[in-house]
Amino acid sequence: METKVLTKGFELDHLFRIGVYLDQGGYRAVKKALTEWKPEQVLDEVKKANLRGRGGAGFPAGLKWSFVPQKTDKAKYLCVNADEGEPGTFKDRYIMAHDPHLLIEGIILAAYAVGIHTAYIYIRGEYELIARRLEGAIGDAYAKGYLGKNILGVGFDLDLYVHRGAGAYICGEETGLLESLEGKRGNPRLKPPFPASVGLFQSPTVINNVETLANVPFIVLNGAAWFLERGSPKDGGTRIFGVSGAVNKPGIYELPVGTSLREIIFDHAGGLKPGRTLKAVIPGGMSSPVFKADEVDVKMDCDCVAAAGSMLGSGAIIVIDDRTPILDVLSKVAKFYAHESCGQCTPCRLGTSWIHKIVKRMAAGKGRADDVDGLIRLSANIKGRTLCPLGDAAALPVLAIAKKFKAELQTALKGSA
Amino acid sequence: MNREFTADLKKRIEEITARYPSRQAALLPVLHLVQSETGFLSAEEERAVASILGLPPIKVREVVTFYTMFTRKPLGRFHLQVCSNLSCSLADGERILRHLQAKLGIGAGETTPDGKYTLTEVECLGACEQAPCMMVNFDYHGNLDPEKVDRILEELK
Repeated sequence: METKVLTKGFELDHLFRIGVYLDQGGYRAVKKALTEWKPEQVLDEVKKANLRGRGGAGFPAGLKWSFVPQKTDKAKYLCVNADEGEPGTFKDRYIMAHDPHLLIEGIILAAYAVGIHTAYIYIRGEYELIARRLEGAIGDAYAKGYLGKNILGVGFDLDLYVHRGAGAYICGEETGLLESLEGKRGNPRLKPPFPASVGLFQSPTVINNVETLANVPFIVLNGAAWFLERGSPKDGGTRIFGVSGAVNKPGIYELPVGTSLREIIFDHAGGLKPGRTLKAVIPGGMSSPVFKADEVDVKMDCDCVAAAGSMLGSGAIIVIDDRTPILDVLSKVAKFYAHESCGQCTPCRLGTSWIHKIVKRMAAGKGRADDVDGLIRLSANIKGRTLCPLGDAAALPVLAIAKKFKAELQTALKGSA
Repeated sequence: MNREFTADLKKRIEEITARYPSRQAALLPVLHLVQSETGFLSAEEERAVASILGLPPIKVREVVTFYTMFTRKPLGRFHLQVCSNLSCSLADGERILRHLQAKLGIGAGETTPDGKYTLTEVECLGACEQAPCMMVNFDYHGNLDPEKVDRILEELK
């Protein structure tokens, strides 16, 4: 079975141009849905497909859409999460750079399903050149009548805008994103209320990751059963895994959901360099707890990775070999979250900076005998005690490293004493 | 002293605000626009943006200081942003930062006296498959080694 779905056209030159995209059968899904299907049919098909969110939390997209009230006096909004800040993640950049119309098509379908007439793509500020490409593609889609008023003459309206972030990891968290889009600091909101009822501009809002939406045209064209065949029964389709770190062939690999982590690293990403051995793997972006070398026989779907004690997250796999001291990895994790905590919740604001402080002194050879236990205590005290998932995202990888590599960290401490 | 935006800039700002039901929502894109015109966001620009969007100046300051891409001091003509996050450091990204520090004679967060380069250490840029990577203004450069960095700098004019 052909594995590649989303990335199939990436080798084509100029797929980002609407003419090329149309030649490849582009916008067929929009034509089919808008002219032949009622909105609820789109919603049902996506629900049946068990399309799980590709941004990090893995929430079923169809279910998320169904939480938005059908009848409301307020405008409804769609926010596309293109913030892609989770360290190790770069897949959405590929989709937007190579195939922006695929994303636009997914946006139109989601908006049609939920009855939304305004959508924003919130893209990380560093992706300036990609934002311009998206704007060009959006302009072309308006010109061809796929966006704007009375799309395809069926009476459905949709406006789509690109909105650039400005360098803040927390704006990838959905309510931080909403605050940022409203022109404020990206401080996450207390939930409930959830964005589906009170979101952007206090209105019902859907927030979906780029890759999630890019799957929707294929579900509409080929059906939920086809999509499920390509993945796991409760987690359909393919995933674009991004592999980086100590492998021979870092890059994106689109594979069925449920492909084993070992296969991705050793068969697809070319394994490790000669003479090096696997030490650890971060399976789903920096915030996912680390696996040791003997834990990589795990199927990469949301539920299996969760059952193994980590999370599939954004599918960003960071491979660490035997030459890298685990303290180096811990230093990067600690520094990142101390920098990116928005500062709103005390356990996260103080906890992440204390963790960073302890790890810095360990790295400087001035660690104390109980520092590893201190890290475990501190991160356990952040976990579950913050408004948004950044607290857990900071705590869980530290906990996993401190527990799974305790002996190595203790040895490093002794070496410094 | 109050800064007055040009008619053209005002027009572009109004085009941005038309995308949102609230003028405040235009703040990030407007700050990007103003910064691209003026190079950095001084207190004057902050006040002018606040005035045009109908916001208290403190709401603008809050945002400018929250997001790392907004700068309150002038940057060099070429802004070199070097990633030091995990995937890049696994590919010895620190070597790139050290090389640039030695070559330019400045530390991270500093600008060369001639105003040509600003060097910044940044978190993940989302190009981990090309680690180690950096951005020069808005252009990405990956798979770096010191020699490649030298060639990139030579081509900057």
